[in-house]
Amino acid sequence: MDFLNAITLLGNFVIVPGAAYGCQLALGALGVTLIYAILRFSNFAHGETMAIGTMSCILFTWLLQSWGVSFGPLPTALLALPVGIAATIALLLATDRLVYRFHRKKKSTPVIFLIASLGVMFFYNGIVRFIIGPDDRIFTDGERFLLSAAEFRAATGLQQVMVIKMTQAITVVVTVICVAALFWFLNRTRTGKSMRAFSDNRDLALLSGINPDRVVIVAWILAAALATIAGTLYGLDKSFKPFTYLQLLLPIFASAIVGGIGSPVGAIAGGFIIAFSEVFLTFAYKQFIGYLVPEAWAPEGLVQFLSTEYKFAISFAILVIVLLVRPTGIFRGQSV
Amino acid sequence: MKKLVLALAASTLLSTAALAEDIKIGVFLGFTGPIESMVAQMGPGAELAIKEVSDSGALLDGVKVEAVRGDTTCVDAAAATATAERLVTTDKVKAIVGGDCSGVTGAALQNVARPNGIVMISPSATSPGLSTAEDDGLFFRTAPSDARQGEIVRDILTEKGIKTIALTYTNNDYGKGLAESIQKNFEAAGGKVTISAAHEDGKGDYSAEVGALAQAGGEVLVVAGYLDQGGKGIIQAALDTGAFSTFYLPDGMVGDALPKAIGAGLNGSYGANPGTDSPGAATFQEMAKAAGFDGTGAFSAESYDAAALILLAMQAAGSTESAKLKDKVMDVANAPGEKIYPGELAKALKILKDGGEIDYVGASAVELVGPGESAGNYREIEIKDGGISVVKYR
Repeated sequence: MDFLNAITLLGNFVIVPGAAYGCQLALGALGVTLIYAILRFSNFAHGETMAIGTMSCILFTWLLQSWGVSFGPLPTALLALPVGIAATIALLLATDRLVYRFHRKKKSTPVIFLIASLGVMFFYNGIVRFIIGPDDRIFTDGERFLLSAAEFRAATGLQQVMVIKMTQAITVVVTVICVAALFWFLNRTRTGKSMRAFSDNRDLALLSGINPDRVVIVAWILAAALATIAGTLYGLDKSFKPFTYLQLLLPIFASAIVGGIGSPVGAIAGGFIIAFSEVFLTFAYKQFIGYLVPEAWAPEGLVQFLSTEYKFAISFAILVIVLLVRPTGIFRGQSV
Repeated sequence: MKKLVLALAASTLLSTAALAEDIKIGVFLGFTGPIESMVAQMGPGAELAIKEVSDSGALLDGVKVEAVRGDTTCVDAAAATATAERLVTTDKVKAIVGGDCSGVTGAALQNVARPNGIVMISPSATSPGLSTAEDDGLFFRTAPSDARQGEIVRDILTEKGIKTIALTYTNNDYGKGLAESIQKNFEAAGGKVTISAAHEDGKGDYSAEVGALAQAGGEVLVVAGYLDQGGKGIIQAALDTGAFSTFYLPDGMVGDALPKAIGAGLNGSYGANPGTDSPGAATFQEMAKAAGFDGTGAFSAESYDAAALILLAMQAAGSTESAKLKDKVMDVANAPGEKIYPGELAKALKILKDGGEIDYVGASAVELVGPGESAGNYREIEIKDGGISVVKYR
């Protein structure tokens, strides 16, 4: 029984929240990595793209709610996702046309692209605050819990409880679907294969007749879809506040680089590594150990490796170690 | 040539003389950054007082006052210093309402206000460290120091019979100062703080923090953070995982937005924030409503009062210069004199002009003590049926 309590405890405070956060980071990092693979620059506007996508979703969700449409136990925002994605695609394609295409024609260096994306970031930042404002928005509706504390206790009779929020379950399911669809697209379809060829060797791809403009457009469409989905899932699970989306950029880039930038598998692995390392290393194992060892050995202190203040230091320490030992990242992406 | 230079010099002199009637006051708050949603009610609060005085035409010889906004960012001391420098040297403001967060306020005070001799009245910087900072008599605040809040927290918790608390604070000067003050007071009263852990604002995920807090345990979780920032994230995650069910909410966490965002889970939690049952508060809320913002927002009333104090001190000093008005701030804020409430600034200016005395009460029952900070009236609140209900005033 004590062993089950210990596992439940770890599941409730470490594994379930870590998995949901890891999925959100992985989807964000996938978008960053795709743009890097095709356009060869670090898109700093990605965090704000997520904010814009989420904003479009929220606006349409409100419209749906005002029509009285709901999705039963699931949040209405999932119904609004296609519209949000479409709006974000339109915006990103317009941005590409107005900003990045010019630099592609001039064959600007990646640093110039990066600075241009910073400018785009500030522009998006302004649009979001102009349209929906800096306030916190909560747009989650439907059932709150898939497995609530009371239900769990009634079913198992354990001392500890395991809670699974509906939004956490949705996050994991949607992420699995998205990732499966993306890999199917990249590995099985003609367009996906041409994108991989373009990323591997641009000159060879051009020689074999791949249309670069088309590849770029598809990359932006995918990035827009991933950003909107990641942002909306994040907003459903926590809440939508434009400022946090800017802050999400750091862990997202850390995930992409740790996994190997340009490598989709790496982006997913990186997301989970960053998310779980933060939670595992700062967790206080006092009660966990207390359940597993005889009472006399139970620890007095908190048994915490690092205080939670150092949670961000952990992701950056991992980033530095990976860059030192294996500069291309765990899954051999392009060297940064 | 000589004539031309002379003429130019003369015309410059004349033009400055003509402009001297209009002055500017800096509104130096975090319009962007982690407390941007709070500042959305604070900035208009300060500007409301400035407009009221300017429109009355009663300040000195009918001086017009204009508010100039400057962004503190709340977190970036370098950016805040540069903005304050711009306000003082380029916009030539006479005095500053601000800053907002304690860290940037201290930086602007030391790097800009003191070297230039500019008065700063902060509506919301509550760090105890600012009480003892060198300020040449230039710094005041209409918010109480958190040293006082620590005592309030201790009183409320011990009255409720709480013996153990877990403590989390936002990782900045405000959160740290408040957490230390709470811990010191609570332990002196015989209570036990199981853990005191920092959290960062505006971050994506708080499961790590809640995990550590839950394992340390405690009857109540004290969340010394911001209600639309990490503080909210922590409470949400703590409720979702079943780690804590009762929370103590210090000043930064008290607002209608919190119970609205969290829902029924917050019922039964309690706290206290600066507040008063003086009639000024209600008047201010109506004025704010008419002006199109929410006067119940945290530190909105204090912002109005900070701006009003600067302008009233100018009238009392008979000068718009900071060097003169700094000696009058305490006089206009405290008794003796006629009590002044929001919306009565024109009347106050007239009394001062006629040589009378005023006791500015304003929207937040201003009473400045010690090194020029609010004595601290707190209202104890409880969350009931998804709303804030006032228990009593302390």
